[in-house]
Amino acid sequence: MGLQAYLLLSAVVFCIGLFGVTTRRNTIGILLGIELMMNAVNINLVAFARFTGNAAGMVFTVFTICITVTEAAIGLALVILLFRVRRTVMADHLDLLKG
Amino acid sequence: MMTDAGLHALIALLLPAFSFLVLAVVAPLRRLGRPAAWFSILCAGGSFGAAVLAWNHGGPDALRLVWPWLPSDGKTLADVGVLVDPTSTIMLCLVSLVALLVQVYSLRYLHDEPKRALGRYYTYQSLFAFSMMGLTLAPNLLQLFMCWELVGLCSYLLIGFWYQRPAAARAAVKAFWITKAGDVGLLIGIVLLWRQSGTFDLTELHSLAASGALPLAGLSVITFCIYLGAMGKSAQFPLHVWLPDAMEGPTPVSALIHAATMVTAGVYLLVRTEWLFALTPDVLLVVAWIGAFTALLAAVLACVQDDIKRVLAYSTVSQLGYMMTAIGAGAAAAGFFHLLTHGLFKALLFLGAGSVIHAVGSNDLPRMGGLARRMPQTAIVFIIGTLSLAGIPLFGGYLSKEEILGAVWAGGLPGPFAMLMLVAFLTAFYMFRVVFLAFFGAPASMAAVAHATAHGTTPATPPRVAHAALRHETVAEAAHVNEPPHAHEPPATMLLPLWTLAIMTMAVGIYFTFSHVEAEAAPPAWLTPGAVGVALAGLLLAWLTYQKHAIDAGSLAAMFGPIRSAAIAKFWIDDLFEAIYEYALLGFSRIVGWIDRYLVDGVLNVMSAWTLVLGDDLRGIQTGRAQDYVYGVAVGILALVLLMRLVFA
Repeated sequence: MGLQAYLLLSAVVFCIGLFGVTTRRNTIGILLGIELMMNAVNINLVAFARFTGNAAGMVFTVFTICITVTEAAIGLALVILLFRVRRTVMADHLDLLKG
Repeated sequence: MMTDAGLHALIALLLPAFSFLVLAVVAPLRRLGRPAAWFSILCAGGSFGAAVLAWNHGGPDALRLVWPWLPSDGKTLADVGVLVDPTSTIMLCLVSLVALLVQVYSLRYLHDEPKRALGRYYTYQSLFAFSMMGLTLAPNLLQLFMCWELVGLCSYLLIGFWYQRPAAARAAVKAFWITKAGDVGLLIGIVLLWRQSGTFDLTELHSLAASGALPLAGLSVITFCIYLGAMGKSAQFPLHVWLPDAMEGPTPVSALIHAATMVTAGVYLLVRTEWLFALTPDVLLVVAWIGAFTALLAAVLACVQDDIKRVLAYSTVSQLGYMMTAIGAGAAAAGFFHLLTHGLFKALLFLGAGSVIHAVGSNDLPRMGGLARRMPQTAIVFIIGTLSLAGIPLFGGYLSKEEILGAVWAGGLPGPFAMLMLVAFLTAFYMFRVVFLAFFGAPASMAAVAHATAHGTTPATPPRVAHAALRHETVAEAAHVNEPPHAHEPPATMLLPLWTLAIMTMAVGIYFTFSHVEAEAAPPAWLTPGAVGVALAGLLLAWLTYQKHAIDAGSLAAMFGPIRSAAIAKFWIDDLFEAIYEYALLGFSRIVGWIDRYLVDGVLNVMSAWTLVLGDDLRGIQTGRAQDYVYGVAVGILALVLLMRLVFA
């Protein structure tokens, strides 16, 4: 299998994540979508590292995973706070910025 | 010592400036009233002394005492300082003398004014004296123009001294705007002249003009523009309409500004730039004809006025026309001589009229009469002034007037000459009409006094110099003015300036009669008897009509019916200006207003309406939901990537 197959997989995962982020009503679902998009990036990094023989990409991936975890923790904390204040986690109800 | 003359002229110039600054800055002193007045008078006195010294020490040559003023490109564009020559020093003497006398006179004349108003009055007076002397001594046209505007400002401020009165406020604005119309011409003329010659300096300009280095092309336009300035300031037809209205100011102000000094600034300007005008004979011809026409027009107008100050105002316009005609005939020296004598006797006449007004409390001639018995000294000095103005031999105005007539005849201008002769007749007539109506005959005002007291008018109103009605009937109706039944001689502080001016008028007349320098062109032999003859004829007619009542004033008026009614309507010149304003200016303003409101504003309104509608539509996409923004960002990035790929690849 060549590099292109990995990149294609990454693109598919990214698009699924983006679709989730833009269409899910539930905030937790949006967070999940973000996770998918992050992992699509990770797949890209690992694939390039593997095919070019440069280990830097893999090191970056480890970092990214760490940061993704913390981000998920913060995101979930935000969602919980949001629920306490607004009694809802549905994204289409959160339109305070409406012009 | 030449430098002495310069120094003295400078002191004469700066003393009133110092007085003005002190009075303007030190408000407590100004509000004290009389001390402020005395301070100003002291400075004016010092200034007069210095002016006389400057005149005494000045040689026949011009002396410049200047400092660099406007720097440009490492050179000096214009200087500031004094230009001392015989013309400017004698003018300086006249200005400072009349300024001093008027300030002394005002002290008593305005004694009913509140302290603050008195302080304000003397502040303006000092500023005026400084500005007028700055104008007189100006070494270049820029300084001259600056002072020219300053005297215009002072004129505005002093005409509007009783600004609570609508008529005075209106007159002040009118004077300001009409002279301003001429000033625009002057400014354009000065700048054009600078373009042509590269200098503002009078001395340099003179040598350029004398050596023929000044290009003649377009010079007529320049001199005409300069003449426009003089026309506004010196009340030449058709810009003369402001001067009679300027009589709304206090009478001493009229004496100083609107008789002796400021209104003659236009004549003085032309005398100063006489060599320039000599290069453009066509403009000089215009100056002469307009001058003569102004003289005649104003003399006719003066005959029908019932307001003593307005008679004097029109007579000033008329005499200014005389001076202008002399300049137009190429005899600037004669015009300047008349300027000086006129300054003396017209100031005298105004101050005399002021003391009459002060005593009677009214401007209207029909309300005076028989005053010679009650105020003999005023009557004597007023008659001296009148004889001088009428051009009776041995009095100040006689020689200067005759010199003008001779010069105009010699200048080959028979038309203006004939007009001026007629004016000489009319001048004697209307001035003696004033004398006989005011000082002789029965105290005609007794009936009016009874009328006024019957209506219970209150005493102790300040000297009322209000706009007087032009017809007898309305004057009788307007008898609400306070009239003290016993008019009396004014106090010494008012008599002193009167006598000073009267004696000087006499002295000038007698001195020049016996040490008369021959004019360049000997006048024809019939001129002297002719000029004196018409003056005496005018006197006689006035005497027969208003003293002996041998000729009925009513039938005399009926003889000149159409002219009389036209003159009462001021020859419709004011109406003409009003119509121009009403139809031309306001009509044009309305068109401009319509364009502004509907075209200019319309375009802007349509544009802003579009912006509003567009914004209203666009706010729909601001849903406030984060997901929609993410969607927008994703689509946007996709679009950018596609753009890079497809278009810029």
